[in-house]
Amino acid sequence: METFQRLKQFYWPFKTYFIWSLFALFIVTAMTVIYPMILQFTIDYAVREQNYEIIPYLALAIVVVMSLKGVAVYIHQYFGDLFGIITVQRLRNTLYRKLQYLPFRYYDNAKTGDLMSRLTADVEAFRFFLSFGCAQVVNFVLLVGFSMAVMFYYSVPLTLVTMAILPFLAIVVSKFDKRIHPGFRGIRKSLARLNTKVQENVSGMHTVKALSQEDEEIVRFEDSNEDYRQKHLDISKIWGRYFPLMEFIGNVCAVFLLAFGGYLTIQGSLQPGELVAFFSLIWYILGPIMNLGFIINMFSQSKASGERLLEILDEEERKVDAVPNTQMNEEFVGEITFTNVSLTYGEKIEPALKGITFEATRGKTIGLVGATGSGKSSIIQLITRFYERSAGEIVIDGKSIDQFSIKELRKQIGVVLQETFLFSSTIRDNLAYGRPDVPMEEIIEAAKRADAHEFISALPDGYQTVLGERGLGLSGGQKQRIAIARAIIMDPKILILDDATSAVDMQTEVKIQKAFREVMKGRTTFIIAHRTSSVKHADEIIVLGNGEICERGTHQELLNSEGPYRKIYNIQNQDQEYVLQQV
Amino acid sequence: MEQITKRSRFHYTTEQIIEKPFNWKQMVRLLGYMKPYARTLLPKTIIAMLIVTAVRIAVPIFIGVLAIDHAIIPGNLNLLYTFAAIVLGLYLFSWIANVFRIRWMNEIGQHMIFDIRTALFNHIQRLSHRFFDQRSGGSILVRVINDVNSMQDLFTNGVVNLLMDIVMLIGIVVILFTLSPELAMLVLLVLPIMFFISTKLRRKIRRSWQTVRIRQSKMNSHLNESIQGIRVTQAYAQEEENMKFFNDVNTDNYESWKHATRMNAIFRPFVEMSSAIGAVVLIWYGANLIESEAISIGIFVSFAFYLGMFWEPISRLGQVYNQLLVGMASSERIFEFLDEKPSVPEKSDAKSLGDVKGEIQFDDVEFAYDESRKALHDINLTFEGGKTIALVGHTGSGKSTIVNLMSRFYDPTKGRVLLDGIDLRDLRLDELRSNVSYVLQDTFIFAGTIMDNIRFGRPTATDQDVVDAASAIGAHEFIEKLENGYDTEVEEKGNVLSVGERQLLSFARALLADPRILILDEATASIDTETELKIQRGLKKLLAGRTAIMIAHRLSTIRDADKIIVLENGHVLEEGTHDELMKAQGAYYGLVKSQYAAIMENE
Repeated sequence: METFQRLKQFYWPFKTYFIWSLFALFIVTAMTVIYPMILQFTIDYAVREQNYEIIPYLALAIVVVMSLKGVAVYIHQYFGDLFGIITVQRLRNTLYRKLQYLPFRYYDNAKTGDLMSRLTADVEAFRFFLSFGCAQVVNFVLLVGFSMAVMFYYSVPLTLVTMAILPFLAIVVSKFDKRIHPGFRGIRKSLARLNTKVQENVSGMHTVKALSQEDEEIVRFEDSNEDYRQKHLDISKIWGRYFPLMEFIGNVCAVFLLAFGGYLTIQGSLQPGELVAFFSLIWYILGPIMNLGFIINMFSQSKASGERLLEILDEEERKVDAVPNTQMNEEFVGEITFTNVSLTYGEKIEPALKGITFEATRGKTIGLVGATGSGKSSIIQLITRFYERSAGEIVIDGKSIDQFSIKELRKQIGVVLQETFLFSSTIRDNLAYGRPDVPMEEIIEAAKRADAHEFISALPDGYQTVLGERGLGLSGGQKQRIAIARAIIMDPKILILDDATSAVDMQTEVKIQKAFREVMKGRTTFIIAHRTSSVKHADEIIVLGNGEICERGTHQELLNSEGPYRKIYNIQNQDQEYVLQQV
Repeated sequence: MEQITKRSRFHYTTEQIIEKPFNWKQMVRLLGYMKPYARTLLPKTIIAMLIVTAVRIAVPIFIGVLAIDHAIIPGNLNLLYTFAAIVLGLYLFSWIANVFRIRWMNEIGQHMIFDIRTALFNHIQRLSHRFFDQRSGGSILVRVINDVNSMQDLFTNGVVNLLMDIVMLIGIVVILFTLSPELAMLVLLVLPIMFFISTKLRRKIRRSWQTVRIRQSKMNSHLNESIQGIRVTQAYAQEEENMKFFNDVNTDNYESWKHATRMNAIFRPFVEMSSAIGAVVLIWYGANLIESEAISIGIFVSFAFYLGMFWEPISRLGQVYNQLLVGMASSERIFEFLDEKPSVPEKSDAKSLGDVKGEIQFDDVEFAYDESRKALHDINLTFEGGKTIALVGHTGSGKSTIVNLMSRFYDPTKGRVLLDGIDLRDLRLDELRSNVSYVLQDTFIFAGTIMDNIRFGRPTATDQDVVDAASAIGAHEFIEKLENGYDTEVEEKGNVLSVGERQLLSFARALLADPRILILDEATASIDTETELKIQRGLKKLLAGRTAIMIAHRLSTIRDADKIIVLENGHVLEEGTHDELMKAQGAYYGLVKSQYAAIMENE
């Protein structure tokens, strides 16, 4: 209950819908129970006692009752649904907002699949409960209550006798329920496995074919397919065992009714019409009981879903933007100083950065070099405040980095991330992602600098080409060039290139670098690279190892010092030296 | 158009299961999958179904006409108990039949689904590269999983229920007419009304739910993308703009839900009203008939019971119809794949290879991916057995096309490709492919252990073989350092392995497969220097004693090759050793020089 209490802010504003829905439900149930009563009255009073003149009124009563029920059903269902979908709409917006502002730290451990299942399946379970589940509980109580009341009114002994069967039904229902849900879970898991298997096969098809493993793949697939079928057959066995049994128990109830009710009628303590009404009324009780397991299960599932949603909502958002009074647009220069900065990710013990100190003055280029995991990316993640430093001080333009609002800070920084991500959107919109209103000329200008204009123009739809799953596939190098242009369009004061040209060939890289040298004028630039050729023009190269600075200096200085940089250089430049010798 | 594309921030194409009109030919083909069970499971199921239906139709007679008229009203207690006993017996009978009906019905359906999926998957395995080039992985996945699953309901419940409902409706109508033709006529007036509601109104409802599904799938696509691209979004401070976009999508979705749910709710009053009409007719006219002693009270009661039984089968028929339409769309898409012919078929009298020397010849080969775009022109080349040959040229020069022809991922549009003097088209495909292995630019990692991944190239290899291959390549060291060594679980999207480590893994995979001919597409992705050294060492080991064809970017690997082939726009420009080509001062020389220029510019 606490879960629903805490989610109150989402559904409580729309409680009017819910109240109307419940009110309508009350009428629906009442009218449902009245129908067999009219039938009873027709048989016992109008027909058997020959009061035929009342028939038209009874017919009218039926029309009234059914119309009332029809309208009430409409209100009940529509308002009930509305209550659910409007709540969920609000909830989704809030969740989406939350996701936009959760820190990188959160996404390091989050799996897309898990988040997606929360945003879709769990939200849906919650909606279903609000729209349908809640009212079902009420419906159960009302329908069983009303029917019982009418039955007791007609005949106490007959009610007691027919209801004697209920405990058996309850036992079967609860047993069924216990067994069916693991079954459904099994199906879901099996389907996920099957899905993974096929997806993997399709995306790895080139590898499969290259190693001619099609037959092996068929065998592997058969396993998953077989398992999926078996899980379905298992559940149909459970279904086949319990469902007919439940129906049979209900039917036995009807047989009791016929025998004992018939006996009572012959005795004269029950009217034939009352007996007929009983046949309808017992199903108003048996039906909901058969569904009870389903309702209880839905309740517990939606509770679990609610908890999973709260887990996201409870996550701490990234730090609130402090001191919005800095007027940066005019003053922002982008001079960065690190003093003794350390960073430890999450709960890890080993720090990713230890005592980093450097200064990047206006218009300077800093190269960051080192093996995978040496801390190069960590440094830029602190500048963009994707992560918060654990110790030390980062100063930008003489002010602590904390004094800038994250939004304004990031508007001044153009980042090309290591893994290129492009959105399902036109190339133009992808390029203008950081500044959606940027004029076309500027976009083309930036694309030219990133050596992307040529291939974009060659596409059938040019800049309006839509990228994405079903759209056009670009090569890794082309994607990187778009990402570079995207950063240039930001017109940032600080430019960060995290291994941004890894997938483009050497000639293109040289072209891009040349263009960059112009772009970088007056901006502070950070280049992370594996190839020494990418950083050799930097004003300062920082060589990192295990989160510490192990060497620093210009390209020439570092070459002369015969340290780790020299070693990397030598390995990478075998080719180049060779070429130089040759020509 | 321009306007629209500019306005929408993101574009999502949603592949939806949308219904198709009923198509007999397709239905017959679909039912063909029922054939294996037509003589075994199907008759049993239908018998069980008939028993269940018969009991359901019979009981109201026993309670109404027989028990009330003949036992209760005359006061015959013994006869009453006899009827009760008979009804109990019928119910027992139907209980047992029902158990089997449900079980067998599901068996038929699940077997059919299984068979269709297996046929589809197996067929896809045989399809050629051309097929995969034209489609995204996601759209293939949707067909194998979702499209097949969407027929599950149709086959497990739909077909049998369809029969059951038809039998039941006919049975009820027959009984009603037997009991009282005039009352039956009037009461049955509700039938057309019910059918009308169930089809016409339902169509509108169906359409509105389709809109819901499309909007929802658009919303989910965006959610998925926004999570995956969150780092870019935050880096570019686009959170608020995205929220605006999402709010629109979310509101659209809400509106469509609202509409669909209203249509759904409107349906209900109509249902109530149609039963009201039936009830009014029954009470008014029925009572009249009783008054004129045309029918008994018992018949009246039976009518009341039957009236309550109409709606269920009719509404279910509407459902089955829905399932059919969805099934039509899905099956059409499934059959589209099944009808796809492999573009590189194997000859029925394909030859076996025996010992392979590994010499490949291109004899006047021309190739075009599509009509307008020729990728290769008049290629005449010989790749000698056991030698290392490098292919050099710009992107689009035809390097990849040449290697794709070598294991018949495609067939040349003109000319022949020969292995040891035999046209590839005359060879058995599986033998050819097991002799030609690829190390691709991006290594694909399958979910499983490292051991499984290396073993992928030769499933029969022992653990020791795997370790040996990994050691030979130089991958053993880093694998041992992982938490669970060779048993470490890896997956495609996981980040256990770096790019370089993946590459080493694929070397080990290829070494284990031990092909005569090895094709290497050298990656340009930057790898840190230590791994780079390992890769170079591993490569030497891998190439020893095989015909190796390399698409190379690094000069250091090219210059050691026995032969270098320079390509441009699908033509061979030159071939020869490094020294020969340097001396000739042709295209190759130019390439080397341009690299030199690049380096100099950088200095």
